[in-house]
Amino acid sequence: MMLMRGNAACPGCPIPREIDALLEVTGQKTVLVVPASCTSVIMGDTNGMPSSVPVVHSAFAAAPAIASGIKAALNSKKEDATVVVWAGDGGTGDIGLASLSGAAERNEDIMYLCYDNEAYMNTGVQRSGLTPYGAWTTTTPEGKRERKKPIPQIVAEHGVPYVATASIAYIFDYQAKVKKAKEIQGFRYIHLLSPCPPGWRFDSSLTIRIAKLAVETGIWPLYEIEKGKFRLTSLSKTLIDKSKRKPVLEYLKLQGRFSKMTSEEVKKLQNEVDEFWEEIQKID
Amino acid sequence: MVNVQEGIPIARPKIGSSGFTGSWRITKPVIHYDACTKCRLCYFYCVENSIDLQQDLYPKIDYDFCKGCGVCADVCPTKAIEMVREVK
Repeated sequence: MMLMRGNAACPGCPIPREIDALLEVTGQKTVLVVPASCTSVIMGDTNGMPSSVPVVHSAFAAAPAIASGIKAALNSKKEDATVVVWAGDGGTGDIGLASLSGAAERNEDIMYLCYDNEAYMNTGVQRSGLTPYGAWTTTTPEGKRERKKPIPQIVAEHGVPYVATASIAYIFDYQAKVKKAKEIQGFRYIHLLSPCPPGWRFDSSLTIRIAKLAVETGIWPLYEIEKGKFRLTSLSKTLIDKSKRKPVLEYLKLQGRFSKMTSEEVKKLQNEVDEFWEEIQKID
Repeated sequence: MVNVQEGIPIARPKIGSSGFTGSWRITKPVIHYDACTKCRLCYFYCVENSIDLQQDLYPKIDYDFCKGCGVCADVCPTKAIEMVREVK
């Protein structure tokens, strides 16, 4: 148990298990850099923190820069440790995108993990750039009109050695990707879909089922891009054929945030998913 | 040499940094061991890390910290975990 029980996460929040699974692989010699996010709250105060490795709290837009500095300092002390940025989707795709892009461009020797709960959950469910089309948030009461920002593709375009997507429902696939990333030199990026019971409006017991459905419906493809080479992993390998994928409606209907979507909007989302998979088929 | 740790607020690793979170619980997971097949899915997916494996590999829930989210009952393939309402 690398992340200890009794922390401040909401019931059903997958973040403690995600960090635990990460630290199980990277081990005791890890430094976590956490920009403002739900995890800042989970990591506690001076009363004690759940993490068994050092945690550096940072400002929203500075986490990759701070991690680069920590890695340089550790190198000069000849200390071999993994520096991991653990950031939310707002800290990655909106506010932190400039410094993320900077660190990726310099190919700093750090690992960047984005846990994507698709809105600013810590401050009370405001829309972010990574909120999907049609989703309710407090700032998009009728559903978001724009599509989700493709951050993994944006980072991959920097030419970094490793980019991957993962899901907490496929925990061994996620840990295998972390293990692979740990052994690579340079900037490594893993994007993790992290269902949020209060923000996505579903019962806390359904966290894993929804994370699994996101992969099975094709909304969340599991892949890795290693030195520019694209490869589907785990269950997603079998989903190129459209008949193997479940309809996206099965994923949407479990979540209250999509309850206002009309059937035309659902069809539009399904078409977007199908187009995305056709693109993947061309690469593969 | 000044002891830098003196007087500086440094957080130390601690189980229960937010207290006994078991008090948040509304429903309580109860494992029916006769139906349990030791598949350990509840142990892998417990989002709070509050399920331990015993010596005989049967899971055991730490009720001091279990927040009662119900993920273990949802992932259990034999439905051996029942959510029992605690609050009347």
